[in-house]
Amino acid sequence: MRRTIAAKVSAVWWAALSRLGLSRQRWRSLPRTTRRSVKAVIWVSIFLVLVDLFGVWKSSTIAIAAIILFLVIPPWQKLKVGGRSVGKWVVPVAAVALVAAYPYYVDSMPQVPVFGPAPMLSTMVAMMIFSIMALGLNFVVGYAGLLDLGYVAFYAMGAYMAGWFASDQFSHQHLDIGAVGLQPGWIGFHFSIWLVLLMAGIATAIVGILIGLPTLRLRGDYLAIVTLGFGEILPQIARNGDNFFGTGFNLTNGPEGITPIDGPGFGHTLHRILHLPVSYLGLTNYDAVFLWTSLLLVLITVWSSARLRDSRLGRAWIAIREDEIAAAAMGVPLMRTKTWAYATGAFFGGVAGAFYASYKSGAFPDDFFFQISVFILCMVILGGMGNIWGVIFGACFLTYLDREGLSNVGAWMNGHLGTHVNVPLYEFGIYGVILVVVMLFRPEGLIPSSRRAAEFHEGVRDEPLYDVAHGAEIYDTVEGAYDSAEGA
Amino acid sequence: MTGAPLLETQRLRKEFGGLVAVDDVDFTVPGASIVSLIGPNGAGKTTFFNMLTGVYKPTAGRVIFADEDLTGKPPHAFTQRGIGRTFQNIRLFQNMTALENVLVGMHTRLHGNAIQAILRTPGNRRVEAEARDRARALLEFSGLRRKDEEIGRNLSYGDQRRLEVARALATEPKLLLLDEPTAGMNPQETGEFTAFVDRLRSERGLTVLLIEHDMRVVMGVSDRVTVLDYGEKIAEGEPKEIQKNQRVVEAYLGKAAIAQ
Repeated sequence: MRRTIAAKVSAVWWAALSRLGLSRQRWRSLPRTTRRSVKAVIWVSIFLVLVDLFGVWKSSTIAIAAIILFLVIPPWQKLKVGGRSVGKWVVPVAAVALVAAYPYYVDSMPQVPVFGPAPMLSTMVAMMIFSIMALGLNFVVGYAGLLDLGYVAFYAMGAYMAGWFASDQFSHQHLDIGAVGLQPGWIGFHFSIWLVLLMAGIATAIVGILIGLPTLRLRGDYLAIVTLGFGEILPQIARNGDNFFGTGFNLTNGPEGITPIDGPGFGHTLHRILHLPVSYLGLTNYDAVFLWTSLLLVLITVWSSARLRDSRLGRAWIAIREDEIAAAAMGVPLMRTKTWAYATGAFFGGVAGAFYASYKSGAFPDDFFFQISVFILCMVILGGMGNIWGVIFGACFLTYLDREGLSNVGAWMNGHLGTHVNVPLYEFGIYGVILVVVMLFRPEGLIPSSRRAAEFHEGVRDEPLYDVAHGAEIYDTVEGAYDSAEGA
Repeated sequence: MTGAPLLETQRLRKEFGGLVAVDDVDFTVPGASIVSLIGPNGAGKTTFFNMLTGVYKPTAGRVIFADEDLTGKPPHAFTQRGIGRTFQNIRLFQNMTALENVLVGMHTRLHGNAIQAILRTPGNRRVEAEARDRARALLEFSGLRRKDEEIGRNLSYGDQRRLEVARALATEPKLLLLDEPTAGMNPQETGEFTAFVDRLRSERGLTVLLIEHDMRVVMGVSDRVTVLDYGEKIAEGEPKEIQKNQRVVEAYLGKAAIAQ
C-alpha cells in the first residue's frame, strides 16, 4: 500500500516539475553534488520560512542555516590534506565541535515551530549518557543480533557501583581513594569517580558474563524472555536489598536509594597543572562541564564501537548474526563470541549508569524499570541497528522527546488547538506509534548500516532473532532428521 | 592408497527418534587423498558430514581426526583441528563482502583480543594487514579475482560456490569436506571445478572428502569411493570396483531395474 501511495505522490511531483522543464531524467543526469546542494538549499529555505512564520526568530537562525549548508554542499569526501583523505572526518568533527560549544550558544538559539526552544544543557547531558547506553546495547542487538530486553539491569548495576564506591552507604568502612569534595565526617567508600567508572564498567561486564553464560545458549524468543527476567531481577534486588536475607546487611538502601553520590573532579594536583576543576560540584557551569565529560565518554564509546566492529571479534559477531551454523563451521566459538558481545555491551551500560548516578547524585530503584530497557532498544531500532550514527541519533532524539520534546509539543498543541491533553502522559504510546511508523516505512531505521538495509529490503534467509528452523537443526530434533534425510 | 588415516570413524551412529540416519559406519580417509561419499537421496550422507564437523553429536561411535578423538566437541573445535567444510545449500554470510567472508574463515588462525582491537596496537595492525593480504590471495586462487568488495548475495551462483570453498580454505584445513559442490553447475563449470579440487591436493596437499552426485566428477577425481544407502555403508573401494558393484547398482536403480 505504501509503495503505491509513494509512487503516486512521486508521479504527481515529477509531472508538475516536467511542466516547468525539469523532467526526472534531466534531474538524474545532474552530478550528485549538485543534486545534494539543491536539496539542501530547498530544505534549509523551508526551515527558515517555518521558523520565521511560526517560531521565534533570532539572528542565529541564519548561522544555523549557514553551518548546515557549509557542511552539506562542498564535496568534503574528496578533501585531502597532505595526500591523506580526511573527508570522512569533516562532518563528525564539526558535530563534536558543535556539541562541545553548545553551552556558549544555547541561549541564543531560535525557537523552532512545534518543538519550541532548543534543549537545555541538562537534557543534552542525558542525551549523551543515553547515547552511550544505546551504543552499548548496539553491540548486542545491532552487531551480534541477540535480542536483549533486560539492558536496564546493566544500567542499574553501574549506578549502584557508583552508589557503593562513592557515597556514605557503607557505614563501617572508611576508605578514600582520590575522591574530591568530601564533607567532614564522611564514612564509607569514596573512590575517585574516574576509577568508579572503570570499576563499574568491569563489574557490570562480569555481571553480563554471569547472566550471559546460562542465557546465551538459548535462541531468539527464548533469549529475549530470559533477559527480560534478569532485567526485572536486578532492579528488584535493588528495591529490596536494604536487609539482605534478614541479616540486617544494607546493600542498596531499599526504595529510598543511595544518595548523595560524589561528583567527579580532578583534585588539587591536576587543578594546579592543567587548570582542570577540582570538583564539579559547586561549579557555576556545572551542566556544561558534565556535558563535555559525557561527550568525551561518548567519543570513547564510538571509537571502541567502530574499532571493534572492524576487528576479528566484530566480524565474528556479524557472522553469527548472519548465519550461526556457518559461523560455527568457520571456527567461530558461538558461546564465547556471544558472551563477549554481552560483556562489551554491559561494560558501556555500566559506565553510563555510574556516570549518570554521579550526575544525578543518586541511584534510585525507581529509575530502573522495564520501560528503560524498551526505551533504549527503541533508540537502537529507530536510529538503525548496527549503525553508530543512527544509534546516537535515535538516542538523542528519544531522550529529547522524553525530557522536553513531548511537553513542548503538548504545550504547542494545547495552545493552538485549544485542547487540554497532557501529552507526556502518553509517552510510551507515542513511542509505539513512532516505532510502528518507522517499521512500516523504513524498517532498517532512520540511518541504517548498509548491511542492515540490504537485509531488510530483500528479506533474510536466516533471521537470527527468530531462528527456529536452524535451532531445530542444531538441537537434533526429529524434524531435523527429516530435513537432512531429504537433503542427503 | 596413500598415507595413514587422517580421519577415522568407528561405528558412527545417528538416530533421530526412531529413524536411524547413519547406522554404525566405519570409515577412513587416508591422508592426501580424495575420497567421495555417494549414495541415493536420503542415504544419510549429509547427516554423516554434519557429525564429521561437530554440527550433530553422534548417538554412538567415535570421530577420530589426526589421532585425536573429537567426538562430542563443538563445531569450532573441529575447524580448529583442521576440518573445513562447505554446505550443500550455500551458506555464505550474505551481507558481508567476499573479503570479509574469507576473513571470518580465518577466525581461529588469527589472534588478538578486544582491548588490542580498540587500541589498534602495532601487533594487531600487522596481523590484520597480513590476514587481508592472505584473504586476497586466497580469493584469487579460488578464481574470484577483483571480487573482494562484492557483497556475498550479489555474486553469481558459481562465484558463491567458489567463495564458499575460499572461505573453507581460509580455515587452513588439513581435510576439506565439500557437500555437493557441483550442484547446479553446468558441465563446463563442473569440469573446471574438478580440476580445481585436483589442484587443491597437488598444490596444497589437502585431503578432500566429497559428497557428490555427478558420477563424472566422482569417477574422475576420487581415489576411493564409499557408498551409503539407508544409513549403512554398502560398498567401499576404488572407483572402478564401485562401478561394477552389484549392491551399488541395485541401490541406485532398484532391484527390479536390474532384473529386466
